[in-house]
Amino acid sequence: MTMAPLELTQDMDVPKISLRGVKKAFGPKVVLDGIDLDIQRGESVVIIGGSGTGKSVLLKSILGILQPDAGTIRIDGEDTTHIGGRDRERAMAKFGMLFQGAALFDSLPVWENVAFGLIQGAQRLGRKEAKERAIATLGAVGLAPDVADLSPSELSGGMQKRVGLARAICTRPEIIFFDEPTTGLDPIMADVINDLIVKCVKDLGATALSITHDMASARKIADRIAMLYKGKLIWVGPVSEIDNSGNEYVDQFIHGRADGPIQMQIRAF
Amino acid sequence: MNFLSAIGRATLTFLEAAGRLALFTFTALAHCLRPPFYFRHIGRQMVEIGFYSLPVVGLTAVFTGMVLALQSYSGFSRFSAESAIATVVVLSITRELGPVLAGLMVAGRIGAAMAAELGTMRVTEQVDALTTLSTNPYKYLVVPRLIAGTTMLPILVLVADIIGVFGGYLVAVYRLGFNASSYINNTWQYLEFMDVVSGLVKAACFGFVISLMGCYHGYNSRGGAQGVGAATTNAVVSASILILVLNYLLTGIFFS
Repeated sequence: MTMAPLELTQDMDVPKISLRGVKKAFGPKVVLDGIDLDIQRGESVVIIGGSGTGKSVLLKSILGILQPDAGTIRIDGEDTTHIGGRDRERAMAKFGMLFQGAALFDSLPVWENVAFGLIQGAQRLGRKEAKERAIATLGAVGLAPDVADLSPSELSGGMQKRVGLARAICTRPEIIFFDEPTTGLDPIMADVINDLIVKCVKDLGATALSITHDMASARKIADRIAMLYKGKLIWVGPVSEIDNSGNEYVDQFIHGRADGPIQMQIRAF
Repeated sequence: MNFLSAIGRATLTFLEAAGRLALFTFTALAHCLRPPFYFRHIGRQMVEIGFYSLPVVGLTAVFTGMVLALQSYSGFSRFSAESAIATVVVLSITRELGPVLAGLMVAGRIGAAMAAELGTMRVTEQVDALTTLSTNPYKYLVVPRLIAGTTMLPILVLVADIIGVFGGYLVAVYRLGFNASSYINNTWQYLEFMDVVSGLVKAACFGFVISLMGCYHGYNSRGGAQGVGAATTNAVVSASILILVLNYLLTGIFFS
């Protein structure tokens, strides 16, 4: 007779990421006000919403960088809301993340950035082997091997994003987060990054969660879209239904109109 | 009422800051003892703190020794006690001026650099990136700096002691006309083992405080370039003040 709790958590019916009633406030300012969201294995969900609506806070809560005030966060069915130390590091091994500003370590050359998770993480690869893997991953995001020995500060914004993407996928994570992947890039480079994200996620069979306010990007990389407004998910649905959501907030956002139910507070001079 | 609430607010802010610092210190110390250890980073920080601070610490020490010899000569000659100059120089340098001045110089050089580096890493999300790569930022960033600061400052101060005493010797022999061998004899005669050791223990404490303040303020910095600037200032100022306070407390313990 064998108990198999681990196999239970690997069940296909268990969502890869499951959020229930997640709340977070900074002082009097409520940023997340009861978020419920299930993300299935291999699915790509994009959260859209205006600046300052708490999209980054949601990602950081799932990663454990911020502690939610209430609610539970489950990864593969395991409650990770309040774990720390070794357990957190173990849970983190499933994740890869592309940061908004790429967040490359400027004290390390490009290849060490990409191979960071391989050298420092659980796998503890030797530097030579890690460098080969890093160069191969750089190739997968369309960067030549001679970029490997440059410093991150010598790269353009688009190249930094690609190096950040290479770093996020190098350890072949099961879950990848993208924090505004196309912000600050020209439209062509933004589309290149979108294509790379779609390709990488598909190749790895990973589960993806992205936050963006770039609708072109959202339409391209999402299976499902969720809209965050005033701390709540006001609409969740397949990307094909975004134009017929019947939700005037979503309509205003995807068409980028200044007038509508969402009012920006602008004071006159 | 406004006056009372201001006092209350200040007290609460102070206690909150003290609690946060204590928590940071305990977390960092706990991570010092648990693997994995990043030896490459410890080595790199040791070179940064120990080796690259040598010129500034050496210069400070040599001029301090020279000034001490000049000052004590002009003072002691009033009551014909010139022979005590060598002892005054060596005791002042090893017990007090070596560790304190080296500590203050290193606080300016290293504490500021640590706060600026960690602060920039914080505001550009590099610290968060470490977490997502299964690397504990305390272990990777804070522990190497604490270990390097605590071990390198005593070595720096030992070098500063030697250079400082040599500075005093130069002025005494070549400017004030002392006999070289009797000056060296006087230097050794009243110097005790404890004088040097107490200075080195102080140095280790100062090194720990400098690294701790640099890391703490950098790690907790907020709000872009201005936040990093404030963190740098706070790191240097708080490390300098703590060095002076600790110096008094440690002197009380060693020589009371």
